[in-house]
Amino acid sequence: MTTITMTVNGQLSSREVEGRTLLVDFLRNGLNLTGTHVGCDTSQCGACTVHVNGRAVKSCTMFAAEADGSCVQTIEGQSNVDGSLNVIQQAFQDNHGLQCGFCTPGMVMAAAELLKNNPKPSEADIRHHLEGNICRCTGYHNIVKSIMAASGQNFSAIAAE
Amino acid sequence: MYNFEFVKPLSVADAVSALSDDGAQALGGGQTLIPTMKQRLASPDILVSLANIVEMRGVKHFSGNVTIGGATTHEAVAAADAFAGLTTLAGNIGDPAVRNRGTIGGSLANNDPAACYPAAALATGATITTNSRDIAADDYFQGMFTTALEEGEIITSVTMPIPEASNYQKFDQPASRFALVGVFVAKYAEGVRVAVTGASEDGVFRWSEAEVALSANFSADAIANLSLDASGMIKDLHGSKEYRANLVKVLTGRAVGLAS
Repeated sequence: MTTITMTVNGQLSSREVEGRTLLVDFLRNGLNLTGTHVGCDTSQCGACTVHVNGRAVKSCTMFAAEADGSCVQTIEGQSNVDGSLNVIQQAFQDNHGLQCGFCTPGMVMAAAELLKNNPKPSEADIRHHLEGNICRCTGYHNIVKSIMAASGQNFSAIAAE
Repeated sequence: MYNFEFVKPLSVADAVSALSDDGAQALGGGQTLIPTMKQRLASPDILVSLANIVEMRGVKHFSGNVTIGGATTHEAVAAADAFAGLTTLAGNIGDPAVRNRGTIGGSLANNDPAACYPAAALATGATITTNSRDIAADDYFQGMFTTALEEGEIITSVTMPIPEASNYQKFDQPASRFALVGVFVAKYAEGVRVAVTGASEDGVFRWSEAEVALSANFSADAIANLSLDASGMIKDLHGSKEYRANLVKVLTGRAVGLAS
């Protein structure tokens, strides 16, 4: 067991972990941040996507010890300071960007990374960026719409498809 | 997965020393190794993370070459925009989260028969530098998951001569994002090199006939009459040997047409 420390959603968090403890287990079981989901545990589905030092990673395919000393953002840290939904979350709600909602934490975190680096992505940019996030309700259409809406763009062409 | 001791050395020398222990295994970005460990197909006693070794990260240009640290992520290689073929290749490996973790050294050390980087390294005639020596790409790749690396040897950097023109064409396996077939074409003053990944049972290889034809005439027409022997190609549920052999030719033609 070793003690690791990281800043999670702005709060310094320290826990003892085994070498094999995955980042997602550290977040869910260690810190009780269960918004980050484990869909496949094989790094295919992206439901476990979080940001480590500003970069989207699959937290089921990174050891907690690898994130020692990092700054981690999870879905729990995405809302506005007053607790209201942020722009991306609100756009998902407004545009029916979730059905069962299981993939949504990962989708929102993937979208947040995309919009940080590319504030006005095209539909193709969005679909390319979401290649590592699987929605088993197959609700991709409205997810793409939501991200277009969150970036302040007209998505009528997509809606008409 | 089985438990292990996790160590994260800060220098190549310390990593080499840690890897000399029995049961020690290097960890790059972990995008292959961690899933492998979950399946208990690998169970190291000590995992030596290379991610904190600053001297192994980054992309540097000098006199017509680009040198990429072994622990540099695919995302960082794509962002460095060293030359067209490499930028496209690095920017389309796996998915964004995989590119943020996976490293060039890890990809080359693993030498998956469907990985993208081996094609770039072989097509550019790269030099693979380890903690103890330089290895020419032509000597480095020795078949599926097999390389010239010795036990405990670490890829510290990869140096590629920058081509006059290059392109990488990948026919994605849409679920895994691995290359069903990938072709890297690199044009140099001395000639053209064509490396193919995903297709052969022997892993990445050079298509010499196409290289000769394209060195004489760098256009897709030059390979129109060539055909690749399908006997050594991979056959799986995604495609037959003949299908892959044909894809190699089609993708080579496309890569030549789009090379910049």
